[in-house]
This record gives sequence, C-alpha cells and structure tokens, in this order.
Amino acid sequence: MKIKTTENYKIELLFSAVSFFSLLALFLIFLTLAKESFHSIKEIGLIKMITSSEWYPTDEENPAFGMLPLITASLYVTFLSLLISIPIGTLSAVYISEFAKPKAKLFLKSFIEIISAVPSVVFGFWGIVFLVPIIQKLFDLPTGYCILTSSIVLGIMAVPIITSLCEDALNMVPSSLREASYALGAEKHTTIIRIIIPAASSGIFTAIILGAGRIIGETMVVLMLSGGSAVIPESLTDPARPITSAIASEMGETVVGSLHYSSLFTLGLILFVITVILSVLAQYISSKYSLKLGKGR
Amino acid sequence: MLTLNIKEELNKTEEKTKIKVKDLNFYYGPKQTLKNISMDIYEKKVTAIIGPSGCGKSTFIRLFNRMDEFVLESKSEGEIIIDGKNILEKDTDLIDLRRRVGMVFQKPNPFPKTIMENIAYGLKVNGWKDNFQIETRVIDSLKKSALWEEVKYRLKENAYGLSGGQQQRLCIARCIAVRPEIILFDEPCASLDPISTAKIEELIMDLKKDYTIVIVTHNMQQAARISDYTAFFLMGEMIEYGLTKNIFENPKDKRTEDYITGRFG
Amino acid sequence: MKKVLFNHAIKSIFFLNILLVILIVGFIFIKGYKIISLKFLFTMPYNSMTEGGIFPALVGTFLLTSLSIIFALPPGVITAIYLNEYVKNKHLINIIKISINTLAGVPSVVFGLFGFSVFVKFFGFGVSLLSGAFTLSIVILPIFISATIEALSAVPYSLREASMALGATKLYTIRHTVLPAAFSSIMTAIILSTGRAAGETAPILFTAAVFFQKNLPDSLFSPVMALPYHIYALMTEGTHPEKQVAIAYGSALVLIITVLFLISLAVFLREKRRRYVNFKH
Repeated sequence: MKIKTTENYKIELLFSAVSFFSLLALFLIFLTLAKESFHSIKEIGLIKMITSSEWYPTDEENPAFGMLPLITASLYVTFLSLLISIPIGTLSAVYISEFAKPKAKLFLKSFIEIISAVPSVVFGFWGIVFLVPIIQKLFDLPTGYCILTSSIVLGIMAVPIITSLCEDALNMVPSSLREASYALGAEKHTTIIRIIIPAASSGIFTAIILGAGRIIGETMVVLMLSGGSAVIPESLTDPARPITSAIASEMGETVVGSLHYSSLFTLGLILFVITVILSVLAQYISSKYSLKLGKGR
Repeated sequence: MLTLNIKEELNKTEEKTKIKVKDLNFYYGPKQTLKNISMDIYEKKVTAIIGPSGCGKSTFIRLFNRMDEFVLESKSEGEIIIDGKNILEKDTDLIDLRRRVGMVFQKPNPFPKTIMENIAYGLKVNGWKDNFQIETRVIDSLKKSALWEEVKYRLKENAYGLSGGQQQRLCIARCIAVRPEIILFDEPCASLDPISTAKIEELIMDLKKDYTIVIVTHNMQQAARISDYTAFFLMGEMIEYGLTKNIFENPKDKRTEDYITGRFG
Repeated sequence: MKKVLFNHAIKSIFFLNILLVILIVGFIFIKGYKIISLKFLFTMPYNSMTEGGIFPALVGTFLLTSLSIIFALPPGVITAIYLNEYVKNKHLINIIKISINTLAGVPSVVFGLFGFSVFVKFFGFGVSLLSGAFTLSIVILPIFISATIEALSAVPYSLREASMALGATKLYTIRHTVLPAAFSSIMTAIILSTGRAAGETAPILFTAAVFFQKNLPDSLFSPVMALPYHIYALMTEGTHPEKQVAIAYGSALVLIITVLFLISLAVFLREKRRRYVNFKH
C-alpha cells in the first residue's frame, strides 16, 4: 500500500524549480549579455574600451568604441542626482517618521509610494517642455539639454524612492531608543540628530546605495534630457550621453551582430554588473543591520 | 508507588483503552517539553488534561493527530498507540489519522466560506462528490452540534457573520462531519463568554456517547464538570492521572492538590 | 532658536518635495486636459501624427500589460507559494529572496537588451507584442512576487491548521483555503504590477514598440504602439515637433491618470485590508 502523506514531494519539487526562476533569469540575463558582448570584448578588449575616450561607433572607416565618455556621463548624472535626492529624501523620511501624526503618516507613506510610480517617460517629457527652456535661458546656453537638466529631473524622480527606503530604515529604530532619549529630557531635534539618525545610519546608507542603483540604470530621463553628445563632459551645462542613453538610442540604428551592436551589450553588461553589486551590497548591509536591531526575521 | 495506585484504581473500572501512551518524550529544539509520559485514554469518555500554561498539555494532545508535523526542529520518542498502531512511526498515514482524530482549536477558526462549505470541507477532502449526501451530512452535523436551529436559514452565508460561540460550534460541526473516532479539544472555550462556554460544555457531554474526547483546559471547574478522567501536567511531566472525582476530591500528590486548590497562581 | 529652525527646515523640505511632484503632474494636467476627449482616445492618428488620437497606443499598452501579467502570474504565484508555504530552509529562502530583489534592481534598459537578444532574435518572435510582453513580464515579476508573498502571509495560520486537522494535504489546503482567502490581495498585487508595467518604456523600446502603425495589431507577432513610447517618440522623433507637442501632453496625461489610478487603487485596497486585519486580531 502506498502511504499517503500531507506533503507531495513531486509538487514541492516542481514549485521549488519554478521558484528558482528569478535566479535563473539573472543568470540568463548575464549569459545573454556576456554572449552578445563577447565579440567586441575579444576584438577590442574590455580594458581598452573602458579607458579610451573616443566613442565613434558608426564611423565607417575608423569606428572607435571608447566608453569613458559614457561612463563618466553616467557617474556625473548619478552623483548630481544623488546630491539632490539624498538630502530631500532623507529629511522627508524624517518628517514622515518623526513628525507626522499616525494617521497622516499612513496617508503620506501611501502618497509617496504612489508618486514613486509616476512613469519616468513622464518626467522626461516634463523636463523637455518645462525645464529645458528654463535652463537654456538661465545659463544662456545653445541648448538646454545637458547634464544639469537631466540630473535635476532624475534627482526629483529619485526623491520618493529614497524617501520610502529611508522611512523603512527609520521605522526599524526601536521606539525604546526614542523614549529613552525623551525620558532624559532631550528635545526632539536632539533626539533625531543624536539618536535616531545614527541608529538608522546603515539603513539610510542602504537606501542611498539602492537609490544609486536605480538612478544609474534609469533610461528615459537621461535619454530625453542629456543632449546625447558622446564626449567627456567638462561642465555641468555640457550635453552628455550616459550609458543607458547610449544603449537606448543606438540599438535602433545598429546592425545585429556588428561590433557596434556587441559593444552596446558590453555597456549593458557593465551596467548589469554595477547594479547587481550595488543591490547585493545593499541587501547584505540591511540584513546585518536588521539583525543588530533584533528585528531580523 | 504512585503508578501502582493509579493502576489499581483504574483496574476497578472496566474501560476499553482507545489511546495508549507509552514513555512519551518530546523535544522542541534542545528543550524537552514532555517527559516520560505514560497513560491510557479510554473509549467514549471525556479525558481532561489540566495544568498551568507551558506545562506541555497542548503539545501533548497535538501529537495525537500529529500536528507536530508543522513544528520545525522537534523530535518525539516513545509510543502513542491508537487501535494497536503506533502513530509516531514514520509510515503513519497522517491524512487517515487526522480523519480519525479530529481537532477543535483554541480560537474558532472557520474558513472564510459559507457555513455549508465550512462543514462540507472535510467531506470534500475525503473525496465526497454527491451533493445530496454532503448536504445530508452537513445538516446532521449541525444538529449534533446544536447549531442547526440558529443557522438553518443561513447556510449560504459567510461563517464570519456568526458570533464567537457559534463559530466554535461550527468548528465542532466541521470536525464531527467526517465522523472521527477521537475528538481533541484544545482549550475550546478560551476565547468565549460564559453562556457560549456552557453550550459547548453541554455539547461535549452529549458527544461523549459517540466519541472519545480529550480536552485540554486551564479551567479546573470545566474539567471537573465535564470530564470522566483528569490528568494533571506540570512542567512537561504528568503528575497525576485518574478519575476526575478522585483527582479533585482526593488528590494523591501534593502538587496536584496545590494546583487544584489554587496555590499555584 | 536652533530647534525651531530645524523643525521648520524639515517640514518645509518635506512639503517642497510633495509640491515638486504636484507641480509636475499639475503642469501636465493643466496643459493636457483640454486635449483629452473621447475622440482623442478612440481615433487613429493621421496626417503624419500631427492630428487625430492615440487609440492604437492605448490598445498596444493594454495588450502589452495584460499579456505580461498573464505570463508573470504562474511563476509569480508559484514562487510566492513556495516561499511562504513550503520551504523551511533559511538559506534557500535567502538565496531566492536575494535573487528576486536583485532582479528588481536590474535596469529596465538591460531587460530591453535581454529581450531583444532572446525573444526578438533567438526565438525569432521579432519586434512584436509577444517579445515585449515576455520582457515586461520579467520586469514586473519581482514586484508581483513580493506583493503576493505579502498576500499569502496575511492569511492566518489557524486556517491552514484547521484544514490540515481535517486530513487535507498541503496542496489541497493551499488550493482550497489559502488561495481563496488571499484572492483579493492577490488581485491587488496584480493591479499594482499592471500599473508598473503600463508605465515602462525602456524594456519595450527594442522589443515591441513602433512609432507608427496604420492598423491595430492583428497577431501576437505584430509590433505595437504603446503609450509611454508614444510620448517619447513624439518628443524626439517627430517631423513636426511643434504640432506634436499637444498630442504628447494629452498622451502623458492619459498615462499619468492610468498609472496613478491603478497604483492608488492597489495601495488603497491594501491599506484598507491591512487595517481590517489589524482590527481582527
């Protein structure tokens, strides 16, 4: 007689196989990017691509695949947007977590979540119709499409993301710490600066890393607003072509299988590796952190 | 000495053993929560397990239908023999076991389905298909659990609309619908008001004629009112077991006496 | 003095933050609402995209999002069930959770590259509805899994216990007790993921979207127009930018309303249920 059990191992096996789909997808993405970029890496060499600064992929006689201008542009834009979104994002989170009344808190958290879903193409569109002319006039530029414009818009876009991640971090701070500080007669601002923010610091740091990952991988805003010039930018008001923007705009014009095509996948691979490292790093920090505060699962 | 006394006393009555527990030990992680328990539970009697919280009484009866399956890092030793079969053995058919050993939980836990569907659930689990048969059994179970008069026009309504006491009787009806041989009650009245409690107690006394009943309770009056046999547990050990009358009127162990007279908080 | 300054600074920065977004959405709303009409929503574009409506873009976005949800649903629900109901090994849970979170952090343009290489080229689906929907389904999978795990873990353990005590198997319990009890919250997860899928542009850039189409898509293998791509294309690839801006305003507003409506609905339903659950226990 076959024994009936409550567990069905065949089903469990099937389910577990399906559950590894996310991991499999990550591997497949990596493999695909690696396979497609192999051609250019072999022909030119990864180090040479990353370190040389001439990006003329469509030049018929002498194409050049130096990615330095694109990488520099990405780093500039990411850094500048973080400069905008970190202070606004963290302080907004402090407001929601420490100042807002409980009912308002729920509403504000939902509100932040909702606005963080506004599609990036809408931000890009707003940048074109609103900010580009202003920046052009303000700095008396030939064009308003530049690093500054896309950084501002990207910064605004990242604020709700950073806010909600930071708010989670502040929420993890046990209220006993707050109470202890208040019980000693500390005022609110002292408690926040001396107790809460230090206690949440690694959570806030995680939020910033995750935010950086999002910003560096964001495509539509930089595609629509950076101006597209593939030279190493010298000032904030120079047009530039960040990695994502290069991939998005050039995939349409390239020949499948060409060196250019392959080099765009190399850009994708670089982006993929950066974001995976940032994401895993953030999760590592946050798991250590939640253990420390005793709220880990 | 003590065990001798119990045996003597029990031999006087001519009961049929339904569940035989032999040298039962249970470990949760490194902690031993049941220590060397041996007892016989008799057919068509109500056996109450009493003791302060944390004494292992819930853990104990949950082994009878092997709900320990879901407790991670747990280990059991010894034997629980039901109808000649040690159910702690690995090859136990848990599905069949749970059909024969039903359970009513501390907090009423009806499914978010209609009253009808709630009671039909166990039948469908057992492969019942015929709607007429199912309906007949549902009505029968509701009558036996003294709920029929209150819900007969609301069978298609969601069970969450019932009061707490009604929900608990619904859970009893759901349990007896599959005609188990043994029903385990894990503090069934813990979350109920006195009137609902009285109804459930009445129902348990009534069910005794068809089922072997084991009830865990921290309410000593309840144990005294409804049970035939009582076992007193303390810190994972069974201190004393015997006829309820004897346990309450003439406890042999000092600790039992202390607990029953309320000296243990 | 310092204290007052600090408190005020935090409050004003917060409201500046909210104000900025309201400004952006409000700006597009004011410029765009006059353009939206039934005719705008339900006619084809004509006169080289300088007149007419956005009907094919709406249809395309609708098809892309619905299909991507259909593709993401089975692996998403199964992963959530496995993580919440089956797996007991902590390391295994961690590995799967980390890969889900990491997948969520992969830039959308990388998904676009992947989709192009695998679906468009390798499987030969071409630039099509199918390729785009497959790509989008991987993009929304992590969001959907997380929301579904939350839905399942909100089902009280006592229900599973009740079912198992009646002799039900684990699978039967999941099918007849856990999933029905979690049904409405899984619907919320679906709405949330739909909202996300509808606004994504980069993943469909090279896998599904085209700037202009004479007819509505007639098979899974036809390319489609899509609302977010439409906005981008009107602003960057048009031949008559000055005439197309008005249409872009209208399209942007329609997209904002659609996405914000879906996300707000999902958030509202979820918060309502969370509060209900809190009261019950």
